[in-house]
Amino acid sequence: MSDIVLSRPVPVTTEPQLARALLVGLAVLFAALFLFAPLATVFAEALAEGWQGAIAALSLPDAQAAIRMTLSIAAIAVPLNAVFGIAAAWAIAKFDFRGKAFLITLIDLPFSVSPVVAGLMLVLLFGANSSFGAWLMAHDIRIVFAFPGIVLATLFVTFPFVARELIPVMIEQGRTEEEAALTLGASGWRTFFTVTLPNIRWALLYGVLLCNARAMGEFGAVAVVSGKIRGETATMPTMIEMFFNEYLSVAAFTLAAVLAMLALLTLLLKSLLEWRHADLLAATRRH
Amino acid sequence: MKAPLLRAPSPLPGFGPSFGIALAMLSVVVLLPIGALLGRGLMIGPAELWGMVNTRRVWSALALSFRAALIASLFNLVFGLVLAWVLVRYRFWGRRLIDAAVDLPFALPTAVAGIALTALYAPNGPFGQALAPFGLRIAYTEAGIWLALVFIGLPFVVRTVQPVIEELDPDIEEASATLGARRFHTLRRVILPTLTPALLTGFALALARSVGEYGSVIFIAGNIPGLTEIAPLLIVIRLEEYNSDAAAAIGIAMLLISFAMLLAINAIQIWSRRRIGLV
Repeated sequence: MSDIVLSRPVPVTTEPQLARALLVGLAVLFAALFLFAPLATVFAEALAEGWQGAIAALSLPDAQAAIRMTLSIAAIAVPLNAVFGIAAAWAIAKFDFRGKAFLITLIDLPFSVSPVVAGLMLVLLFGANSSFGAWLMAHDIRIVFAFPGIVLATLFVTFPFVARELIPVMIEQGRTEEEAALTLGASGWRTFFTVTLPNIRWALLYGVLLCNARAMGEFGAVAVVSGKIRGETATMPTMIEMFFNEYLSVAAFTLAAVLAMLALLTLLLKSLLEWRHADLLAATRRH
Repeated sequence: MKAPLLRAPSPLPGFGPSFGIALAMLSVVVLLPIGALLGRGLMIGPAELWGMVNTRRVWSALALSFRAALIASLFNLVFGLVLAWVLVRYRFWGRRLIDAAVDLPFALPTAVAGIALTALYAPNGPFGQALAPFGLRIAYTEAGIWLALVFIGLPFVVRTVQPVIEELDPDIEEASATLGARRFHTLRRVILPTLTPALLTGFALALARSVGEYGSVIFIAGNIPGLTEIAPLLIVIRLEEYNSDAAAAIGIAMLLISFAMLLAINAIQIWSRRRIGLV
């Protein structure tokens, strides 16, 4: 760590050289142990039997069904979440109404509820031993242990992602530009698509990116709601659990490596957005 | 038509539809399920609920979830501050890589983190073997749960403290130094108080997330009832036994803990806004 350079050329506002070296060493060690080691392990274990092992694992019917399931869930949950986020941010940022603070608190609520409790709630609401669930069963509508339940569970855990990113950005941008467009005769939709959307597109992409990562990776809520039926309701994370518990280590870690690559891609795009469009994102507004 | 709801008239269109969509989705996705859990609790009745929560196994699971989350979040409070400080103030090789990697626990699915940590710290894993001669066992003990929760909670502290460190005015530090304060004194008496609200917020967010964490914990925990069995796992077990009332009882207990922590986080933020206008 000899190439440490002072961030400010004023010696009284930094720590002694030795303290700095120690702190940097500590941070690097911490990152290596807690962040890089687990990540490297995923890929090392996936390739424990070489590329053939990993490819064979990916061609297992259960693994392929899980990949299809996860992609379908994200394809439905993420756009729904984006629609919700835009609608909520439009109402909250552009209008002044009663109960706004309470609404924001409710939107944030899913972040502080355990995913397992979220799954439990859906089982209690739609499961066979509730009156509503019994009615659904009588009409042959399956929600729990089926696709709709997994989508609902995914929506619950990802609920705040897009809205939370858009609300601060749209509040900061105010509504003068939209008002100007309307004065000049543009319709409401035209104003939205030609004025608002271009202003929020990077923030929207940022929110969608994080939402997608969570949607594809959600485990606890989906595990409870899906019933983990192989080839039917098992998603990639729940299939990873089943492979791992059956000591099919290579299969488990190969699926895990696919999700880890998705996570790395998410981080890469996220860093790129933060670097290029920092002023248009809520998360990096302060830079 | 929405006149009583809107505080001030707006020339912009679309309040009705956007508010309607937001409220409808909020109701179906969040409020209705929460209502179902609380409604089940009312149907069971408080005495019965208490009876189902007040057993040794449930208490030890709830206590374990809370204790492990507290220990991991305290650990993150210290190391998250160090990491945030180093990332903002020092320039060294690999800084940007570590900065980007701090978000890894947000992006990496919890089940993936769980099996990776288990493979590392299991008795036959590389870290597990390295620690064995010192008599240290991490996997399948409570320490394994701490480890998983440290991983999960790390970004919360770093990402709430980092922007506040970036905004620190160097003039204050210079003033402190000019007045004769040693560097350590400046850090403790000038900088730390400014960072306290952000640190507390990050700590509370990490704690709230860790208490309910499931995916990253269950692989490494060993899941021995009364010893390393976390509360969310007990809910899953009760559901698998088709005992949804007992699952609901534990779920309500956890939901109340979540609400309490949400209130605490809001209180910290109001307090810090009044105090220094940050966060």
